[in-house]
Amino acid sequence: MELLLTLLTIIMTAATPLLLAALGEMVTERSGVLNLGVEGMMVMGAVAGFGAAFMTGNPWLGVLASIVAGMAMSLLFGFLTLTLLANQVATGLALTLLGLGLSALMGESFVGQPGVKLPSLAGVDPLVPFSLAMVAATGWFLFRTKMGLIIRAVGNSHASAHALGYNVIAVRYLCVLFGGAMSGLAGGYLSLFYTPQWVENMTAGRGWIALALVVFASWLPLRILAGAYLFGTISILSFVLQAQGLGIPSQFLSSLPYLGTILALVVISGNKALTRRNTPASLGQPFVPDR
Amino acid sequence: MRLEKRPERSAAMALASPFIALALTIVTAAIIFALRGNNPLAALYVYFIEPLTALWSVEQLLVKASPLILIGAGLSVCYRANVWNIGAEGQLTAGAILAGAVPVFFPAWQSPLVLLVMVALGVLGGMMWAAIPAFLRNRFSANEILTSLMLVYVVQLLLDYLVRGPWRDPQGFNFPKSVTFEGWQLLPYLTSGIHLGVLIAFIVALVLGYVVSRTLKGYEITVTGLSTRAARFSGFSEKRTVMFCMLLSGGLAGLAGAFEISSVVGQLQPQISPGYGFAAIIVAFLGRLNPVGVIFAGLLLALSYIGGEAVQTALQIPDKITRVIQGILLFYILACDTLITYRIVSPASRAAAAAGA
Repeated sequence: MELLLTLLTIIMTAATPLLLAALGEMVTERSGVLNLGVEGMMVMGAVAGFGAAFMTGNPWLGVLASIVAGMAMSLLFGFLTLTLLANQVATGLALTLLGLGLSALMGESFVGQPGVKLPSLAGVDPLVPFSLAMVAATGWFLFRTKMGLIIRAVGNSHASAHALGYNVIAVRYLCVLFGGAMSGLAGGYLSLFYTPQWVENMTAGRGWIALALVVFASWLPLRILAGAYLFGTISILSFVLQAQGLGIPSQFLSSLPYLGTILALVVISGNKALTRRNTPASLGQPFVPDR
Repeated sequence: MRLEKRPERSAAMALASPFIALALTIVTAAIIFALRGNNPLAALYVYFIEPLTALWSVEQLLVKASPLILIGAGLSVCYRANVWNIGAEGQLTAGAILAGAVPVFFPAWQSPLVLLVMVALGVLGGMMWAAIPAFLRNRFSANEILTSLMLVYVVQLLLDYLVRGPWRDPQGFNFPKSVTFEGWQLLPYLTSGIHLGVLIAFIVALVLGYVVSRTLKGYEITVTGLSTRAARFSGFSEKRTVMFCMLLSGGLAGLAGAFEISSVVGQLQPQISPGYGFAAIIVAFLGRLNPVGVIFAGLLLALSYIGGEAVQTALQIPDKITRVIQGILLFYILACDTLITYRIVSPASRAAAAAGA
């Protein structure tokens, strides 16, 4: 029982950054915007969070800085795709490439420095319950409030939403910013709690896994929760198996989350009815108001 | 500020956009240098101009440009067809592993055939690795952006395992490296600094440029990218185009991987590319998704690598600046490309136009 509880705590810790980033991206995509720059926003959140906490000694300022950094990156994405109508796929890739480069440059002097760890409250890290609350909050907001209905309308048919008098671009900007805040926070979680230090590329593809989770969960918050915990389990499983010393090379175990992501995508994308029902119909398409 | 759709694409803007983007990138780089406390003009000179003033560094530039041109040319064909292969870095690694297997298993084999087999296996390795996301997209509609990227991590871990485990050089003092390649396991050099792979990269880009603009296959690819519906009516199969584009770009990335380990790197080691596969995404866009344009874009991105090394040695600016400058460049290109299909109108001129009409 003790062991099971410890294991569960570790899995929750590993799953939380995926959960936070995927929830943010889900809201962004629900409004019809595909932001492939999650990895870039996350890694910027990680470096900003570490830096702010390291320089002030206050981990909570680190959390704040990581959110602000993620939002700043997402604003850049929003300006290009929503105002300048640039291709969303290409801009998302650009955001990731820039984020990885910029964070490496900014974090140059942080490498090897001791981090400031976020204190636990009653044995759990405060961001774990926060992420669970966010699952409920985004679900309620998207499916039980008028604002959520407007977001889904904008994502499903931007022309109709525009005709009804809703400001499509403003709604999308807000959703992109929310996605950036959550991705930044997910990155901050990595450098402030999960492994309180700064390592170049420390997100190690988690942003991309979060993107896959959104598809896997067919844009539904509860399924994102399930998916994130499944992936948390897979990554912890690889650690446990390594510690057992079964003679399986560590590199093979480390590749499990990536292979798992591919498998999950194959299983869920093969189910056409499920994906078609929930995919926001305007996803990835630029909106130009004709009048 | 508002955007208004142009009646037709502006050809002038399509050509001018990369230059505007480059100019903006240089200005931004100057600002970054200044913020770091360096003399911006001196740093810009060391970064962008000085590498072009000596023969050896120009040769270096061509050598670094060759993998970028090879991969970028393949990716530009891919992106034309709306096939988003972003895993070229992994396909490069897969090609390097398969090509490197030859000297690892037959270290004493020396004949021109060795090089041919290595190059062929390199292409094959890249194609195999790219065929996976293509198959998964065609068969299960799995998003190729995510699957091709995930496979980068997988193959990099595989290479890491090989050079630390079974393929490690027994005489290598436990360093995670394979045997050093020699003789016909290495590419011949045309001059003191330029190897055969550089020439091949330029030829490949020119041939692909011809294929894209002058053949039916090229037309098929472009039509599929512009409208899958129109392509279907013309009898072009989308699935075949997806597979063709992935195999082509994967094969070229694998070729680049084989060239890298048989020239600059000279053995297998955990890291064989400073992110050429990702930088080539920028090359493809900067080159206007045109294999010939990719030649110029590849040279510019190669300059960004060499300039980064130069400012690190001369001015102690970390070479991480390279990736920042590359990322900023891509942002500016994408922003400037807006002006190809749209023009900026101010509210005042709109009102005037409305009054005139």
